[in-house]
This record gives sequence, C-alpha cells and structure tokens, in this order.
Amino acid sequence: MSKLNIKMPHSQPILQARNVVKSYHKDRTEIPVLRGVNLEVFAGELTSLVGRSGSGKSTLMHLMATLDQPDQGEIHFGGQRIDNAPGRQRDLYRNQSIGVIFQFYHLLPELTALENVLAPSMIAKSTWAYFRTRKETRRQAEAMLDRVGLLHRATHKPNEMSGGEMQRAAIARALMTSPALLLADEPTGNLDAETGLEILKLLRGLNADDGLTIVMITHDDSIAAGADRTWRMHRGQVLDDRAKHVA
Amino acid sequence: MYRWLLCFRYLRTRYIALASIVSVTLGVATLIIVNSVMAGFAAEMHERLHGLASDILIECHASGGLPDPTAKLKEIETVLGDRLVGSSVSVHVPGMLGIEFNGQLITRHVNLVGIDAETYDSVSQFGRFLLHPENKSKVSFDLRDAGYAPLRQWFPEAGWAYRRQKVAYDRALEEERQRVETTLRRARGESLPQHDSSSGPSLSLDFSSNLLANDGSPGPKKFDESIDQFPGIVLGISTCSSRLRDDAGAVRDHYYCRPGDDVRMMFPNASDNTKVVNQKFTVIDLYESGMSEYDSTFAFCRLDQLQEFRGMINPSTNTRSVTTIQLKLAEGADLNIARDDLRRRYPPDRYALNIQTWRDMQGPLLAAVRLETTILNILLFLIIAVAGFGILATFFMIVVEKTRDIGTLKALGASSTGIMSIFLSYGVLLGIVGSGVGLIGGLVFIRYINSIATLIENVTGQEVFDPTVYYFSSIPTIVDPWTISWVVAGSIAIAIAASVLPSLRAARMHPVSALRFE
Repeated sequence: MSKLNIKMPHSQPILQARNVVKSYHKDRTEIPVLRGVNLEVFAGELTSLVGRSGSGKSTLMHLMATLDQPDQGEIHFGGQRIDNAPGRQRDLYRNQSIGVIFQFYHLLPELTALENVLAPSMIAKSTWAYFRTRKETRRQAEAMLDRVGLLHRATHKPNEMSGGEMQRAAIARALMTSPALLLADEPTGNLDAETGLEILKLLRGLNADDGLTIVMITHDDSIAAGADRTWRMHRGQVLDDRAKHVA
Repeated sequence: MYRWLLCFRYLRTRYIALASIVSVTLGVATLIIVNSVMAGFAAEMHERLHGLASDILIECHASGGLPDPTAKLKEIETVLGDRLVGSSVSVHVPGMLGIEFNGQLITRHVNLVGIDAETYDSVSQFGRFLLHPENKSKVSFDLRDAGYAPLRQWFPEAGWAYRRQKVAYDRALEEERQRVETTLRRARGESLPQHDSSSGPSLSLDFSSNLLANDGSPGPKKFDESIDQFPGIVLGISTCSSRLRDDAGAVRDHYYCRPGDDVRMMFPNASDNTKVVNQKFTVIDLYESGMSEYDSTFAFCRLDQLQEFRGMINPSTNTRSVTTIQLKLAEGADLNIARDDLRRRYPPDRYALNIQTWRDMQGPLLAAVRLETTILNILLFLIIAVAGFGILATFFMIVVEKTRDIGTLKALGASSTGIMSIFLSYGVLLGIVGSGVGLIGGLVFIRYINSIATLIENVTGQEVFDPTVYYFSSIPTIVDPWTISWVVAGSIAIAIAASVLPSLRAARMHPVSALRFE
C-alpha cells in the first residue's frame, strides 16, 4: 500500500470518526468510554480536543492512531477506512501518514536524540535500504532537529535532556516521515508553563508555516483557545457536533 | 535496521543479560575442553592400541598351533585380494618370567611372543617402542654395546659394557668367596671341592649349547657370559620395573633387570603330552608402549628360537607351526568386512581359529570411552539448557522493563514481527557472544592446558595428571572443528529457543496498554 499522504484542500476532512463506540472491560463490568463519537479533522487546521480526564479523548486519539480498534463505528483517513485495515497497512499508516507525540515523550532511552529521530525511517526501511540511504536520512533528521531547535543535543541521550528538549525531540521524530497529520496527546501536560508555551509556539509555527494538520488533545482550555477548531468531549461524547471554525 | 541498533544497545546497556549467559559461556568452554581432552585420550589410546595390534589377528586355540602357516596365508591372500598389504606370523605362549634380583627370584606371568622382527614391524608397531635408538629403526635380538634410552633420565647403564662389568664383579666375588672357603676348609683340614668358575652364583648352565645366539663355531664351546649371550628377549618395561615417587616427589623407575641381564622363562612345549620348557634368555631391550596392559604382560623373542624351544618344527617336512597370524590391510579397507570374509572362509565350528579386528579385541575399552564421552556431552548440554532457562527468565524481565518502549515502537509503525525480531536477534546476539567467549576461553584453556595443570598442582599440591598412572608426559588434546561447530551451534540454538517465548510476549503486547504502562 502506498503512503496515505494525501494533500487535501482546506476545509476538507482529512480524518473522520463516524459514530465510534468503545468500551473497556474490567472483570465482567463493561465501562463505556466512547458512546458514539462523530468528529472531523480538516486538513491544514490546528484542531484541539478538550475534555476532563476520563472523558475519552485519549482513547479517541488511540483509535485515530489505529493503536486500538473501535467496538463500533469507523475511522476514515483521506477517504479510506483505516480502523479495520490489515495489520501491515495500519503499521504503515502509523509510520508514514501520521505522527504521534505523547505527554511523557516516549523517547527510546537507549538511543540518542538523533537516533530517536531516525527511528521511524529505520522502521520504514530494510537494513539494506537504510544503509544505502543513511547519509540522506541522517541529513533529513538533522534538519528536523534543527527545525525544533535541538541540533546541539543531537548526540545526547533522553536522560541527559530536559522535558522541553525531550518533547522537541519527540516532535522531530513524529515529523521525520513528513506525515499529513500530527496527533499530540497532552504535549504540554508534563511541562512547566513557560516550556509548555514554547512547545505550543513550535506546534503553531509548524501549522502556520508548513501547513501541518495537528490534532491537539488537552484538558486545558487556555491551550485549546488558540486552535482553529475546538471539539469538546464529555463522558464519551462530543458535546458540540458542529464545532465552530474559530479562525 | 532499528532492531539491530536496539539489540546492540541492549547488549551494551543490560549487563544482567550478560550475566545470564555466563553459564552458556562456561558450558561451551567446558564442553570444548572435555571433548578435546577426551578426543585426545581416545586418539592416543587408539593409536597405541592399533600400533600394538595388527588390523586383523587370527589366533589358533590349539597348543600345537597352525601346522602350515604358508599355505594358510596363501588362502587368506585369495580371500582378501588387494586389501591385504602385509602379514606376519608369530607364536603366543603363556609363560612365567623369573628375574634374579638381590639374590631373590622375582616371578611374573607374561605372554611370551615369538616374532619375526622384519615382518612383525610391517603389521604393527614394535620397534618404535624399544628403548635403544638403533632398535627403534631396525630390531635386532643381539645385545647392543651401550646407549640405551638416551632421553630417559636415571636409566641405568645397560648393554655389553654393563654385562662385562657385572660378570667381572660376579667372578671377583666368586673368587673371593672361594678363597675364604678354601681358607676355612684348610683351617678345618677338609679337602677342596671342584668348582666351575664360569657359572654365576646361582645361575647354572642347563641348556644345550646349540641354542646359543652367538654360536658360530661347530662343536660344543665353553659359554662365557662376558662375551656370549643367551637367546635375546625383549621384556615389557613394567614386567621388570616399578614406577615410584622418591621423597622429593619426582617420578623414578626402579629396574629389577636391564638389557644385559639374564632372565629365566618357563613355558609349555607344543607336544600333546605337555612339559614345561625352562629356558634362559638375555634381556636385549625393554619395550614401552605406554599401555600398561601391554607393558606389564608381554615379552618378545625370536620366532625361530621359540619354535625350536617348543618343538613346533615338523621333523619330516621341516615346516614350522605358528599360533597367530597378523594381517595388515590397505588404508581405508573396512576391517569388519574383511574379518567377516575370513570368518566365512574359516567358520568357527570347523576351524579352531579366532578371527578378530583390533577393535574387537579392545571393544569393551573403546566402548567405555565412547560411553563416557557421550554421557559427559549430555550432562554438559543439560548445563547449557539450564542456562537457557536463566536467559528465559532474564528476557521476560527485560521485556517487562521495555514495555513502554515496545508501545512507542508500535506507535511509530513497528510491526509485531519487527518487535519480536528485536528480542529474537537479542537472543541470537547473546548466544553468539556467550558461546563465542566460551569458544575462545575453551581454546585458550586447551592451548595452555599443561601449564594450567602444573599451576593447579603447585597451588593445591594435588597432582592433576599422575604420570605414574597415565604414562603420558602431557595431557593430549585434539580440537575437532566439527565438534566445536556443533557445540557452538547447539548453544546458540538454546539461547534462541529461550528467547522465543519472551519475544512472542513482546510481539503480542497491546500498544495502548504498553504506552500506559508506568
């Protein structure tokens, strides 16, 4: 399958959640998490998904990233249904079409910042193909680190970096395969206010300058405030299905 | 690509995993050392056993032996054809050896073998086990002048020089004894008895003069021990010596007789009405093969002389009987097939012949060594298998520790098989490192095994490798590349097998729960 990196015109949904239902099972009790969510992400927009803890926003993000599968409903990316796609196709989707960043950065502790950024390319390519193109790939990774302002930390391991630096490295890693969509799960949740603002500024810059579509999940209304479009979640449902296009 | 990078990083940062493969390393090293030493011992033993025995041995049970060996050999030649490259006939007879030592008679049970030195050396190694350098290249049953065992420390003076010296000493002693006796008798006023001064104090001349080896002149001749010898005999070194440690701990041999001394042999003659032949021989050399079984039971003399002593010559046809035929087969010929061919030609129910290969003769010993090696191999592989469970446990811990990273990799698009292959490759790497270090360690150990044995002896005071028991001056080792390949491949396979379950667990991990793992 080829990369689903479709350049959608503005005001076209790149990602759609249609009537998504998801519940977890604890022993024999069924705990509903998502109760029929409909949501659209438009290409080129910075969308924020706001809700309190337990509202189901992280679960929705995992479904959008195909890390989990919905019990009912469908997820569409670029017009194609991806939630029930075969495993290899979903691996490719995660690797090429989207980038994901997390609250706790999730960098690989054994690798340096540069190697962490290179990881998606290493996963994408066979050993031989990687070796053939390693100089080019390395240049690209360095450019990414430079873009997030972390080139001076290229050879540092995660435990030698600050939280903000680790999140920058995670952003560079997410952007390494030039995805169409960046999913950010509480990207500032573990950072102090000032560093959080810097990360937000970086993400907004990526959206404004490079036209990157971003879905930002947060519990903080002030962070969500700067988004092009805001979806609010409560108890497994999106409150305002006709969220306003703010910008 | 990422899987190799991660494997190498894990290898460099997870020392606990390295600890878990130490047992693999030790197991591999031990297996290699044990196999090499056992192979060395087995090869040394094979070489000696085969060197001592011919390829195929045909023994006749009857005491009179085979009446016409030449005709038998012709038949054997037609049975074996091209496979036969050498043959020798000999006479084996049980006997008793009597050695005069310090005025006492030491008796030993020996197998007296009458051999034709020329052909005997063509079917088995005989000369190379003798002590005199010239006998090693060409065996002679005549006493040599001197120069026995030039490389052996503390070997006493032997040969004609020693014999003349001894005879002169004995004669001087005898003269002195006679003088004292004469003086005493004169003092008591008794008459003097007649003495034969040529006989020793206790050895008397009771054999016919035509059996003397140096008998060149016609008619009876007076036997002079200082210039004449009895028929030559080669004694197994352990029949006439004992190996002990002196006070300083050094290994010393004590010889009851040596080349130049005379010994007595008693053995049955070949007639139906068996009588004992009592014959004196002169020791002309000693035989040391390193196999104590041979060295302590064999004595060799000339075939023609033994045939005469035992009466194995048919007076009417002048054919000589033998008891044993030794055959040497061409290189690569299957001994068992040749033996079976011969057995078909001479079925045991009609011929009193025992046809055996050298392996048949040493069958129990060789089988015991094989069994020992097999059991040791099984035990040591079990040790590596135990090490495999250590790897399994450690890997499970590492997989749990890496749960979040596994979730991250899946979020970055790594497939389940990719995740699995990280841990499988890690297992392969650990196996390679573990058995590689074990391989190098084992080979280094083998290379310096004798120095290590000496070191252990010095430290513990306990002799690792007792030369009074083994007759080897150093520990023999043979490094067989095939064995080593099997050992290394086997341990890597065990390491891989041990990492399969943890790898599967890693691969099946749900990415969301992995990402949430704290």
